Amino acid sequence: MKSIPVSSHGLRRRESIWMRIHVDPWLLLLILALATVDAFVLYSASGKSLPMVVRQMAYFAVGISAMIVVAQFQPRFMQRWVPVAYIGGALLLLAVLLVGTEAKGAQRWLTIPGVTRFQPSEIMKLVMPMSVAWYLGRRNLPPSFKQVVVTLTIIFVPTLLILKQPDLGTSLLIAASGIFALLLAGLRWRYIIGALLALAPAAAGMWYFVMHGYQKQRVLTFLNPESDPLGSGWNIIQSKAAIGSGGVFGKGWLQGTQSHLDFLPEGHTDFIIAVLAEEFGMVGVCLLLGVYLLVIARGMVITLQAQDAFCKLLAGSITLTFFVYVFVNIGMVSGLLPVVGVPLPFISYGGTSLVTLLLGFGILMSIQTHKKWMAQN
Amino acid sequence: MAKPIHLKDHNHDARIVQRRLILAAVFILGLVGALVARMYYLQVTQYEYHSTLSENNRVHVQPIPPTRGRIYDRNGVVLAENRPSFSLTITRDRVEDLPATFELLKSLLELSEEDAAQAERRLSQARRPFESVPVMFELTQEQIARIAINQFRLPGVDVQASFVRYYPFADHFAHALGYVGRINEQELKSIDPVAYAGTHYIGKTGIERYYEQLLHGTVGYEEVETNARGRVLRVLNRTDPIPGRDLTLELDVKLQQVAEEALGDRRGAVVAIDPATGGVLAFVSKPGFDPNLFVTGISYADYGALRDSLDQPLFNRVLRGQYPPGSTIKPIVALAGLDAGVVTRTSRVYDPGFYQLPNVSHKYRNWNRSGDGWVDMSYAIARSNDTYFYDLANKLGIDRMHDFMSQFGIGQRVSIDMYEEAAGLMPSSSWKRTKYRQPWYPGETLIAGIGQGYMLATPLQLAQSTALIASRGVWHRPRLLKNAEGVLPDESETPPNIQLRNPADWDFITQAMQDVMQSPHGTARAAAAGATYNMAGKSGTAQVVAIAQGERYDSAALRERHRDHALFVGFAPTENPMIAVAALVENGEGGGRVAGPVVRAVFDAWVLPRLEAEQQQGHAESQENGQ
Repeated sequence: MKSIPVSSHGLRRRESIWMRIHVDPWLLLLILALATVDAFVLYSASGKSLPMVVRQMAYFAVGISAMIVVAQFQPRFMQRWVPVAYIGGALLLLAVLLVGTEAKGAQRWLTIPGVTRFQPSEIMKLVMPMSVAWYLGRRNLPPSFKQVVVTLTIIFVPTLLILKQPDLGTSLLIAASGIFALLLAGLRWRYIIGALLALAPAAAGMWYFVMHGYQKQRVLTFLNPESDPLGSGWNIIQSKAAIGSGGVFGKGWLQGTQSHLDFLPEGHTDFIIAVLAEEFGMVGVCLLLGVYLLVIARGMVITLQAQDAFCKLLAGSITLTFFVYVFVNIGMVSGLLPVVGVPLPFISYGGTSLVTLLLGFGILMSIQTHKKWMAQN
Repeated sequence: MAKPIHLKDHNHDARIVQRRLILAAVFILGLVGALVARMYYLQVTQYEYHSTLSENNRVHVQPIPPTRGRIYDRNGVVLAENRPSFSLTITRDRVEDLPATFELLKSLLELSEEDAAQAERRLSQARRPFESVPVMFELTQEQIARIAINQFRLPGVDVQASFVRYYPFADHFAHALGYVGRINEQELKSIDPVAYAGTHYIGKTGIERYYEQLLHGTVGYEEVETNARGRVLRVLNRTDPIPGRDLTLELDVKLQQVAEEALGDRRGAVVAIDPATGGVLAFVSKPGFDPNLFVTGISYADYGALRDSLDQPLFNRVLRGQYPPGSTIKPIVALAGLDAGVVTRTSRVYDPGFYQLPNVSHKYRNWNRSGDGWVDMSYAIARSNDTYFYDLANKLGIDRMHDFMSQFGIGQRVSIDMYEEAAGLMPSSSWKRTKYRQPWYPGETLIAGIGQGYMLATPLQLAQSTALIASRGVWHRPRLLKNAEGVLPDESETPPNIQLRNPADWDFITQAMQDVMQSPHGTARAAAAGATYNMAGKSGTAQVVAIAQGERYDSAALRERHRDHALFVGFAPTENPMIAVAALVENGEGGGRVAGPVVRAVFDAWVLPRLEAEQQQGHAESQENGQ
């Protein structure tokens, strides 16, 4: 398949130093800003644990390096390896189910004895949008019915494998990243509306005919955690009190009380926004949301300027998935959404998800900075 | 590429993506707006509420455990209730210096090292942050006072009033009811941590375990505001717990007492079943133990004494005791013979005092060494003639016996709600092939015909198989529960009723069993002496040690614990059975002589008042009719 380089933007653009080292300065700046915020919030949330902050900054260093390395590859190179990556990723997910390591009642890890252990679902977070973009990007948009069916198959095989681990949160996010690419590709409205119309009676049928009483109870608790104040509602009640007591301007850095003292068991990971909201108030939360919006805006610009459909769909999907992480996490901690284990991008403590996130941004940078090179070929 | 190249229309693609992206941007702004609005609601609108809470104070969610359901007998006598008790609780997260606190408690309450170690162990089982864990129970007034005086030195330590399970009849119903105990770590993994958030006890055995879900109830909780030291300042929100259901059992305390008295100081078991419903009216396993010891945690010394006692008080003889059923099984073997058509009611066998298989020298002996001469079925049951049944078993073969007798529940768990029930064993040739990789020998069939050999049954199964004769084959699985505030025992898996080819055989066997008790040649005629109603029964003995060929059973020479077990099963009144009973007296020797009177006593206690009531009613009716 040959793609004909037709671009209105890339050809005439002056080649800056950033283009040559394949780094997008805007994204880099925003990421460094978020890392700085993280250092302060994490210091407070971890109970003034400097080693934890240092470790998280080390993760940032590793992740940013990996991001820059990824940015050096041309999108075309990635495109070529997508099928291999997809099949390999799916096989790894299968391996997890067969020989995976169990932790906390779910089988998510794959251990290579003596070397390392990792979560193949993390790899899928990147491979999924690439696969859908790869498949749809080679064809004329919008996708035909047959192509939609193929795309949905591509999406649901890994999703179901992850769902079986079981890891509901991750499987939903990965499915979402694939569906975003499909939506961006111009999935026709009649399919969208048809799917929504089909979903409602299917869910109702499940509810009345398939599910047992205790399963319904679980779904209800999931949708309304506050009905279960001793279980998952515990965190929500505490985090709401923490956020609410922060007020407009917050109690000041290290001055939070609700979010410390063990009331918030996951204060430095999934629930870290509660600490920020208590200490920096609504102003702090809005500023953070502002930074996130800038990241998303930059991602959208990259999407618009990307030169072919593969790049556009990929960049768009990464950007939108990033937003979903932010929205689901803050929505969950503030009691708007059910509790699913989703970390807050760049702020929650944890190395694996941070590195995966930064690899995604490496792809964005690659898409943004390889345009000229492609155009000349 | 063979196909013509479709040029991709990049501008068209770009326009599509652009349109969708703009749409996405609108969505994103909307959702971010929702987040900001939520933050505004929490941090501005509800600020006062949250900030007052957070001024030095903290919000807590405290579970409120439900009250466990009580257990009653059929007449409303309480068998298990909840007694208020004061316990010492520790909230670890509020204790400033744990070792010092324990030291202080030890000197204040004069605890032994063992008590203190146990308390620390209990504390280590805390499940949630800020959970108050009871570490000592049954505090005395003096201990409570000492804690109260020193409260200021003991942050995180509290005296809490809570309910503790209490069994007023102590050892009399221990085996029937089971008991509750503290939730252990294994159970912690299998229970729903939320449902049990405030509960420290769980049913460990018996009814308490089987109906745990009904008895437990639903946890409640309150959101409370506490000060920095953990004192509750006010309750913000409260959801009441729903108490567990009260259970009404089929058991009758008075009947149970009669059965226990009849058993006396001997070890053994008595089960009484209502054949019309399957309700268990009496459930005695002697010796018993005091279940109250187990509720808050039994001491090592007490437990050791119970466990190591030669009398095995912890052993549930009714459900777990698997004994050879002995001659009590003969009426069912006889039914099997009639139903299979290998014998008739009148066919006779000559008994010279033993039975021999063709071409085998081994003599299978009748208990009466001199032999009973020509015997028919009715006489063989009344006299418990072994030779007749050796011959009948040989004609039937083990597999036909297995298939027929399995219908009576032998070799299966028969009860609905008795948690510990053992299955017993009804052997067959295929069972032996799988189990021992050996063929079935004809001699084994013979001894199976008199309920010896591999065959094993629990007293409950003996009572149930007898109840099935009384009900003419209509199945009701034995159950302890009568009603749990509207919830009835689950009878969904009742086995099919037993259909005889000639239903008149039921009457014939019943008559033969009545002869056991009420004919001049019956083995248990003494047990039925002076009865004002008809009763049917069958005696049996179960060998504890095998008697070598050619030797005689000599009770004097055997140690007391190696003597035969005495068994008796029966039902009454014969015409309209109200009760079926199985009694076992360990090492009691004579089935008819020792276990028979136990069954008779239970019959009398149940049947006589009911017959009297019927008579009075009949009297009243006839008077009414006369007027």
